[in-house]
Amino acid sequence: MNELHLPLLRAGKPYRTLDSASLTDVRTGEPLGTVSQAIPGMITRDLQQAEENRRSLDAFTVAELIDITHKAAKLFGEAELPLYPGADQGFTPEQYLQHLSATTGMPMALGEMNLEKITGVMAGIEGVLDGLTRGLDLSVLDGGWGEDGGRRVSYQRLTSTLGAVLPNNSPGVHNLWLPAIPLKVKLVLRTGSSEPWTPYRMTMAMIEAGAPAEAFSLYPSGHGAVPALLVGTGRSMFFGDQSTVEAWKGTGKVQLHGPGWSKVIFDETSADGWSDHLDMLTSSVAMNGGRSCINCSGVWTPKNGREIADAMARKLAEIDALPLDHPDARLAAFPDPEVARLISDMIDDYLTTPGAEDLTAKYRSGGRVAEAGGCTFLRPTVIHVTDPEHPVADAELMFPFVGVVDCPQDEMFEAIGPTLIGTVISDDQGFLNRALDCKDIDRLNLGPIPTYKISWDQPHEGNLFDHLYHQRAFQIAS
Amino acid sequence: MSATAHALNPQDQNLQQAAAESRARLDAHVREIVQWHFNPETGCPFWLEKAKTFDFDPLKDVQTYDDLKLFGHFQDEWLRGGPVRRWVPKGLVGEPIYVFETGGTTGVPKSRINMHDFEIDYSNFGDGLSDDTFPPGSDWLMLGPTGPRRLRLAIEHLAHHRGGISFHVDLDPRWVTRLVKNKRWDELEAYKEHVSGQALKILRAHEIRCIFTTPKLLEHLADKIDLVKYGITGIFCGGTEMNADFHRFAREELVPGADFVPVYGNTLMGLARAKPFDPATGDYTITYYPPHPRAVFEIVNPDDLDEIVPYHETGRVLLTTLTKEFFMPRFAERDEGERAEPVPGSPWDGVSNLRLFSRFAKKVAVGVY
Repeated sequence: MNELHLPLLRAGKPYRTLDSASLTDVRTGEPLGTVSQAIPGMITRDLQQAEENRRSLDAFTVAELIDITHKAAKLFGEAELPLYPGADQGFTPEQYLQHLSATTGMPMALGEMNLEKITGVMAGIEGVLDGLTRGLDLSVLDGGWGEDGGRRVSYQRLTSTLGAVLPNNSPGVHNLWLPAIPLKVKLVLRTGSSEPWTPYRMTMAMIEAGAPAEAFSLYPSGHGAVPALLVGTGRSMFFGDQSTVEAWKGTGKVQLHGPGWSKVIFDETSADGWSDHLDMLTSSVAMNGGRSCINCSGVWTPKNGREIADAMARKLAEIDALPLDHPDARLAAFPDPEVARLISDMIDDYLTTPGAEDLTAKYRSGGRVAEAGGCTFLRPTVIHVTDPEHPVADAELMFPFVGVVDCPQDEMFEAIGPTLIGTVISDDQGFLNRALDCKDIDRLNLGPIPTYKISWDQPHEGNLFDHLYHQRAFQIAS
Repeated sequence: MSATAHALNPQDQNLQQAAAESRARLDAHVREIVQWHFNPETGCPFWLEKAKTFDFDPLKDVQTYDDLKLFGHFQDEWLRGGPVRRWVPKGLVGEPIYVFETGGTTGVPKSRINMHDFEIDYSNFGDGLSDDTFPPGSDWLMLGPTGPRRLRLAIEHLAHHRGGISFHVDLDPRWVTRLVKNKRWDELEAYKEHVSGQALKILRAHEIRCIFTTPKLLEHLADKIDLVKYGITGIFCGGTEMNADFHRFAREELVPGADFVPVYGNTLMGLARAKPFDPATGDYTITYYPPHPRAVFEIVNPDDLDEIVPYHETGRVLLTTLTKEFFMPRFAERDEGERAEPVPGSPWDGVSNLRLFSRFAKKVAVGVY
């Protein structure tokens, strides 16, 4: 067997760079393979052929591309797929999950859950497109114009390419860029440093199912290539931490996927019934290892905050660090143990500001930092906060971490700040109206819906179709 | 440990002999330069004053390159602010003085005085360029940092030295640095367009054969026109961001058919030439050799700057400049790379895969996404 290496895909063509980055097993530090590293100029140069490459998708109707995506779903979930076009090595789903787990620290069990999520979205791509386009007859995109709801409509594609700067945290996020292909827009992806596996596998599933290889460019690279990708692609999405994505705010071209600060919000009355929602609260915090922007990082309540925090702490403390291949593993390991320790130190530092108490400490079986199976983890942490201005109130960290924040009902929607998913539990129509009016909540769940429960036909963090297409005024002489 | 004391290929007696001779020349050069800089008649006020604090006598105790350790490490902070004349050797008073700056995006720039060093360095470098690809008498375009930088005059001198004329486009690297630091990418693109647009006008209006530019501007220019079709035969490119992949990318995609010569230079030393590319080997590794004995590289353990790392291992670049205009002993550069063995034509240590020296600070990602 040859050494495992992932080359760049330059419009579907593998290109092995001289420099490469190592992919290592977080448990042992053993090298698992290497990945080519794009230089910025290469991305810029390749983008000169972007429209030409994109046109390879015009050979298909949207319906045919949907059909290809359905086939790809099956391949992604079940087949041994080559690592890249022409590769003599391939991965079965099991090998994919093993490598995913080894380089990112995600337990196999969570990897499987994500695999199913991706397969499900691919298999149901028409529903996603329906949600994104609000039920548009997609054949309109094949001919440039058509009839929809009895009206003549035309949609103008705003870009040849969708660029994406991808994260390492959770494979499920890759569902967000996938619809670009049936929408006939070429993909230009900068893969995460420790998680190239999912974008490569999704790409190979699509190519093997019949999608044109030219429509996929994958550029693993250092941070230096990010501006080249974001400046050079007509539209893009950027996953990153707050300080990273901040510079691209307001450009219009870049859809930002930063921290979610997703929350569950109670009113005075519903806060009395908090115990009915304990499972929803804790699963919202802990699902997928607490690594997603759709995990709950704050529970905001006008009363019973300490009781809620205490009960959540007791329940979440049951989740302990387990080896990555343990079927019950629910915590993801930190690839760099030092980062786990720094985060724990940072939480301790937060706690020095009066008004915050770590309620998990008394329930868990050891310190916040835990070791298991050769990996370093952070155990779930619940902090009760008595002041909405406390730094914990808008903290979001890469593990099951939540602040339960006391906040007067009247001040709630002014105080919560940016909220990707807001689950609001209330029977008070006035409170619900204020939630509907709140400009800080992106995706609104009314009722006890876990924050992680996503309907893929309901776009969040921006609508990809609106990002890629514009409805133009259109007339034809009769 | 000496700069060239590690085992050479024992079969290459000529190279061993050349290395020994270059070492002897270096030691003699060190004696000459130290005598010059610490002689009250010829030395500069800075070093003569500094010598009063030494517990050794440079004039007696420094006889070889290794003896430069007595000086400790040059601090580039000494070059910030004035009076700049404290760096002018008394033996050169009356010569026309240039001042070249480095840094300066924020704070006071570092200044180095210069009389003829830049001309000597660029003449020496120019003598090594191929007459086929940098034809004598042909004209140049200098598309790189201007203003208080050495390059503006140095490239013009190089063009003159080879019988040509150099055209210039203004470029302010401090503004570029500020745009990058502040992540103002759209403005950066606009500035690149502004600069490359001027370059294109010159290339269209004149018969230019040779270009000096930076890797980023070369990419930008080559994305707009086919430089080889425009008659460009030689490109000389500087910047630490160049690596083997860029070298290959330049030769295979940006300017296939043109000669591509990477260089490493800065205000504090001369110009280090790269080991020539051999298409037969397909080895795109960029290895730089300093202009001995005027400048010397040592590749050292970053935790012990006196320890030279073995060949092919990574270390920090320690740079020594030894000219009558400027004495800079054992300055720890901001760069790192792999220590490279002597080669014919440059029988002294070089550095491969030069890049910015980085000790990674741990960063906590706040927020998931």
